[in-house]
Amino acid sequence: MAKNTPQPKQNEAVSRRDFLALGAGALGLIGLLQTGGMALQFLAPRRVDGEFGGVVAVGPAESFPPGSVTEFPDGRFFLARAADGGFLAVSRRCTHLGCAVSWHAADGQFACPCHGSHFDLIGDVQNPPAPRALDTYPITVSDGALMVDTAKAQQRDSFAPEQLVYV
Amino acid sequence: MSWLNAMIDRLRYRSAPPPEDRSRMRAVANNIVLHLHPTRVPAPALRFSRTWGLGGISALLSVLLIITGVLLMFRYDASIERAYPAVQAMETVIPFGSLLRGIHHWAGNLLMITVVLHMVRVFAAGGFRGERRMNWVVGLGMLVLVLTFNFTGYLLPWDQLAFWAITVGTGLLTYVPLVGQMVSDFLLGGPEVGQSALRNFYALHVALLPVVLIFGLSYHFWRVRKDGGVTIPPQSEQVVRLTTIPHLVTAELGVALITLAGLLIFAMAVPAPLEALANAAHPPNPAKAAWYFLGVQELLLHMHPLAALALAAIGLLGLAVLPLWDRDSSDEGVYFRSPTGRMAGLLGAALAIVLTPLLVLVDELWLDLPALLAPTSTLISNGLLPLLLTLGGLAGIYAGLRRGLRARHSEALVGLFSFVMVALVVLTAVGIWFRGPNMALVWPF
Repeated sequence: MAKNTPQPKQNEAVSRRDFLALGAGALGLIGLLQTGGMALQFLAPRRVDGEFGGVVAVGPAESFPPGSVTEFPDGRFFLARAADGGFLAVSRRCTHLGCAVSWHAADGQFACPCHGSHFDLIGDVQNPPAPRALDTYPITVSDGALMVDTAKAQQRDSFAPEQLVYV
Repeated sequence: MSWLNAMIDRLRYRSAPPPEDRSRMRAVANNIVLHLHPTRVPAPALRFSRTWGLGGISALLSVLLIITGVLLMFRYDASIERAYPAVQAMETVIPFGSLLRGIHHWAGNLLMITVVLHMVRVFAAGGFRGERRMNWVVGLGMLVLVLTFNFTGYLLPWDQLAFWAITVGTGLLTYVPLVGQMVSDFLLGGPEVGQSALRNFYALHVALLPVVLIFGLSYHFWRVRKDGGVTIPPQSEQVVRLTTIPHLVTAELGVALITLAGLLIFAMAVPAPLEALANAAHPPNPAKAAWYFLGVQELLLHMHPLAALALAAIGLLGLAVLPLWDRDSSDEGVYFRSPTGRMAGLLGAALAIVLTPLLVLVDELWLDLPALLAPTSTLISNGLLPLLLTLGGLAGIYAGLRRGLRARHSEALVGLFSFVMVALVVLTAVGIWFRGPNMALVWPF
């Protein structure tokens, strides 16, 4: 047996060649992951705080009679006032597939033309396929004037009395 | 003009034009376009009813879509202020703008039809087994790619149709558990369809997807050749192999010319639709998705989005695992496997034609599962339950065909496939013609 032939050692599980190949492969994989991560971050949506105008000032409470619904197209919501005087800022985005609902005063309901969902004044589902009540936006009251924060929609399964805001 | 012919031949072939078989074969092998073909083709594979030219038509439409698409890019602007005016200008002032847009639009729609028919044809001939199974899956991927192409292109005119179809389409995505909202936000570049969405869809439609298409198609063609070409039934006698020039090439040229002429006439007669400028506050009534999604949209009216999505995913998965599910290659190349298989296919189709409209009517007019099972969550009463009922019905059809017709596994699958495809066509037809304002059922005639 030639003296200079490399002999695999008995207790060595991985040869030097295998180790280097494995290392190169691992480095390649890390590089690939980094490239993927870069691409993902580059392409990720950029969220701007206060989209659709952030906080929308909707005016004094007494300008909305109980049982009325007023649309704020720029804020993408409806200000609904329940019969007992409580306020709710209802998103116009249908919870089914995101079409814009419109208010039908004659029937007293929000209707979505895309798949026929209906909601009542406080946003509860009257007719599926919508799976849950319309989203709401938080309302704050200062000096009797209402402000609606449209930055973050609040999801809910159905209406609960504590969602109403009283002046 | 013979010198001109000679020059053109010099460009097309490296040597003189082919006078007899041997040089005809060499001409195919040496020509950059023709070498996609084998030099000789088995005579049975050349029969028109073997392929109906569907794969070829799809490839031709892809090329046509790239050419017209590149032209449209020179006159289009992916900005929400300028996209709609740009398309309006094409329709009104730019010479041949309306025609080019029409050809692009209708070619895209026709491609949707031909790739589905191509898949049906390959299924019927059993061309998804053995060595061909990889290419079946690749082809299925290409089908999804064509759908993605159509979906991304749909937004670009920025009209009402575009805006609301994409809003609904990405709304559907948000129901995918865990990652749905993230994927939807990523695609749209934000929470709603806006400038970022238009830019993203444009980049996908004109850059990323075409690259995937070109590589995918090349691979698809290469595999067709390597896997043995068109599936033909076992032959009792020695198969005659005919040279590609002229037997295949002339047939292809004929089909291509008929397709192009038909498409051109159609695009001249029916311009591509363009509705009013997109208005994020007021969806049109009824707001419908693109026609090739109306089958799924019809499902959405009857069950929870998650269930409809699951059903579509199960269908696609079923097609993807078909090569493993049906490995019985004894009847390779025989359309519908056997007379029994043909019978199973007919029964499946007939059942779908009767059952699907009936179920739509019953669910629309009488059955209100969520109200019947009021305390249970709609996810169960309107989601899990209809999903299980549908899957149970499909299993019942399979079992019925096995027992009633004494069909083999492979033949019963023909019936199942035919039922699902015809049901999808019926649902799509209901969505296109029988849904009026508020998506209520209407009689169109």
